[in-house]
Amino acid sequence: MPIRVQTEDFDLSTEVARLRAGQRQVGAVVSFVGTVRDLNEGAAVSEMELEHYPGMTEKALDDIVARAKARWDIADALVIHRVGPLRPLDQIVLVAVTSAHRGEAFAACEFIMDYLKTEAPFWKKEQTPDGARWVDARVADDRALEKWGIRSANAGGGDAAS
Amino acid sequence: MKIQLRFFASLRERLGTSQESVDLPTGIATVGALRAWLRERGGAWADALAEGRAVRMACNQQMCDVAAPLSEGCEVAFFPPVTGG
Repeated sequence: MPIRVQTEDFDLSTEVARLRAGQRQVGAVVSFVGTVRDLNEGAAVSEMELEHYPGMTEKALDDIVARAKARWDIADALVIHRVGPLRPLDQIVLVAVTSAHRGEAFAACEFIMDYLKTEAPFWKKEQTPDGARWVDARVADDRALEKWGIRSANAGGGDAAS
Repeated sequence: MKIQLRFFASLRERLGTSQESVDLPTGIATVGALRAWLRERGGAWADALAEGRAVRMACNQQMCDVAAPLSEGCEVAFFPPVTGG
């Protein structure tokens, strides 16, 4: 289960080809790519900076993939998350999952993203016309994880009005 | 007991530091007690680590809650809710 945290961009085709190379039992590949929007919470975003917790980030992503593998019969999973400065249109994150049949791959891919959003130590800081601001965590992301039966206290873990 | 502290993102900016080593007085045995002890520094520390603030905690690079026990040489991190992906 490859995990990568990197500043460089990634190529979806190359990564998927590598993930399923020689895997004759694989009949389904599901991938998700997250990209930088130019508008967030009503403000124009010209650039963002992604900070992370080196060491813990990799452990958290490994743990998330292990949970997905324990829950669904998948062949493999790949997570690439970029850090550092990013601009609108840039790719931020890639999750790709292979399995024999599509159901497991769809579910595991969504699960990994939902889990990553609330449990992996990354933080986004946006540049807007009003200056730089840290992105607020969304309660909707906690709810997305709840549909898998897992409670998160990320956005809802205290008085968020700070 | 000597431990390592790490701070990230908005919390790092507010406190003006990303890491430090501290020698804890006896009796500070959990992450919650550590957070309360750091609040006693006053100013930005009291505010940023106040109870009810949306602060997440990790001990030895694993998400934890206030009950997590501290041990010699452990690494405790405080940071805001995560916003990756």
